[in-house]
Amino acid sequence: MTVESTAARKPRRSAGGKAGTTGSKRSTTGTKSTTRTATGKARGTETELVQLLTPEGERVKNAEFDPYVAGITDDELRGLYRDMVLTRRFDAEATALQRQGELGLWASLLGQEAAQIGSGRATREDDYVFPTYREHGVAWCRGVDPTNLLGMFRGVNNGGWDPNSNNFHLYTIVIGSQALHATGYAMGVAKDGADSAVIAYFGDGASSQGDVAEAFTFSAVYNAPVVFFCQNNQWAISEPTEKQTRVPLYQRAQGYGFPGVRVDGNDVLACLAVTKWALERARRGEGPTLVEAFTYRMGAHTTSDDPSRYRGDDERAAWEAKDPIARLRTYIESQTDTNEGFFAELEEESEALGRRVREVVRAMPDPDRFAIFENAYADGHALVDEERAQFAAYQASFADVEEGNQR
Amino acid sequence: MTAEKMALAKAINESLRTALENDPKVLVMGEDVGKLGGVFRVTDGLQKDFGEGRVIDTPLAESGIVGTAIGLALRGYRPVVEIQFDGFVFPAYDQIVTQLAKMHARSLGKVKLPVVVRIPYGGGIGAVEHHSESPEALFAHVAGLKVVSPSDANDAYWMMQQAIQSDDPVIFFEPKRRYWDKAEVSREAIPDPLHKARVVREGTDLTLVAYGPMVKLCQEVASAAAEEGKSLEVLDLRSVSPLDFDAIQASVEKTRRLVVVHEAPVFFGSGAEIAARITERCFYHLEAPVLRVGGYHAPYPPARLEEDYLPDLDRVLDAVDRSLAY
Repeated sequence: MTVESTAARKPRRSAGGKAGTTGSKRSTTGTKSTTRTATGKARGTETELVQLLTPEGERVKNAEFDPYVAGITDDELRGLYRDMVLTRRFDAEATALQRQGELGLWASLLGQEAAQIGSGRATREDDYVFPTYREHGVAWCRGVDPTNLLGMFRGVNNGGWDPNSNNFHLYTIVIGSQALHATGYAMGVAKDGADSAVIAYFGDGASSQGDVAEAFTFSAVYNAPVVFFCQNNQWAISEPTEKQTRVPLYQRAQGYGFPGVRVDGNDVLACLAVTKWALERARRGEGPTLVEAFTYRMGAHTTSDDPSRYRGDDERAAWEAKDPIARLRTYIESQTDTNEGFFAELEEESEALGRRVREVVRAMPDPDRFAIFENAYADGHALVDEERAQFAAYQASFADVEEGNQR
Repeated sequence: MTAEKMALAKAINESLRTALENDPKVLVMGEDVGKLGGVFRVTDGLQKDFGEGRVIDTPLAESGIVGTAIGLALRGYRPVVEIQFDGFVFPAYDQIVTQLAKMHARSLGKVKLPVVVRIPYGGGIGAVEHHSESPEALFAHVAGLKVVSPSDANDAYWMMQQAIQSDDPVIFFEPKRRYWDKAEVSREAIPDPLHKARVVREGTDLTLVAYGPMVKLCQEVASAAAEEGKSLEVLDLRSVSPLDFDAIQASVEKTRRLVVVHEAPVFFGSGAEIAARITERCFYHLEAPVLRVGGYHAPYPPARLEEDYLPDLDRVLDAVDRSLAY
């Protein structure tokens, strides 16, 4: 059982011992890739990639991870497809809204739908998710209304949802910080004797942060039920993964004493299976896991970024051939009894979602100016009260003038 | 139990013990807080009585300590974390400033982070580098944090109780050179509110304002000045954020002169904020400019020089004389 047939999809620059060189950067053949066959630990420097669905939509057997998707129904497969399509549509709408001046910024997840939907759908309702700022697909899986994600990008708030409503924490912009919050939360879960699990999302860039390293240490030492889900999308704004690491990221886990797995991040089935496996380990009290979802950021880092300054179109084109949505569609069309009606209806639903997002964002009001002072403290603060009163008096001085003019 | 004489460090220990007993969600975390009882023994015996699950020896990583405490607070716990020394807090500064201070506002009030960060601070104990600093202004500058510092054992006991009960994050600066000073601790006294200043000595000629380790010094200064016929009022601020400007104003309107004393560098220190605001509030009452006594704009010196760096009796008296000379 191998994945040789996927030579074109082998990791771009992950060959052990060659990391950091540029010679293998564009290579599609020089990298050794094999399926994982046993428990999570990385062996040697050989790079391994879990893949259940090839870019051509062919199912690949995997003894270790097949059981985690063995019972998947046709409806569930269509559900995963629907999740990815709607997430992509939402994302495209948000990008458009930024271009139209409705949002100040947008961080697109284009290309990372499988990593996010696969892992997001692996979570249980009582699990807790700590995202970065790009986990729009995970938010979707957690039932967070996508329009809630847009408030901070429009500039009307700094996080517009109640984290505890969906066990989906606020977006974290300073990268890597949330890995520690997830670890602490997981320590609390363990103290409570609960069998929930926690999942922390971060990227290849954040893997360089000390907070991520400290989260690995704390989670290992306390055997915390947390899954570290690293979406290696190959680029931290303009810096390629070679600028972050000399070894494949998943192999870092070994040094901390817990398993690390690299999964094809554009394969929703593999992401679902591997994340389920990791979450179940956590629930059983077996501690943390690092999952590296090997994927690609098809768009810019954010709408303020210009990828043409640092990467070529050929690279993007190579990854386009591994599109997560296309391969699942091929699989669904060949393996399930799904008629054209499903896809047509989904297209309509998708457009309806785009319309709704557009309408909600355009109608989103600016906050009351006194919101500046709201919630600075939970128990209040004398200086905040004093400055609020000064601000109110200052604002009122304009009102007097306006009223005076009217009279 | 009524009143008992105990050292300041012991009072904090007793306060943590009380909190651990009263609320199963309270946790104590930090480096060496378990078997060792902390390098100053402030957590002595707590792990033995409450177990490793509630009094937690952590890896030596300050950002990790505060970051995981945030996660535990999100889960409903009330962590009290110890930063071993003032100069060691900076690896955690990002978690404190960027995450701990802002989470309540970012969540539009949905999330509360009742985390207490204990920091033994200040000099005067002959320590090596990074063990004698006073970084309170760096935290008071950040909205979302509350910053307090007790000056005696009774306040240490009660202010720790109040800090743990606070739904806001509190940076709790412990005056390490006063850890061994004993005072009566009453378990039944109704404590002052956490952020209220207290007049510890009444006077009519000049107000000395201090907090933490400098309160005792200012009391000594007032005694020395009294021998020269000068009546100084001493105000223990207790809280650096929020600052009790009303109490300072009330005192200055009476005495018309103000000297602020802290170990931290004068430049951009809490004394600067107090001077600016009191000048604004008491402009027509002041007989002299507000003066400040504190550390210099230089790295904290080697221990053999710290007596020259720290405010002492003579330096504060000198400032008092300068103020009275106007």
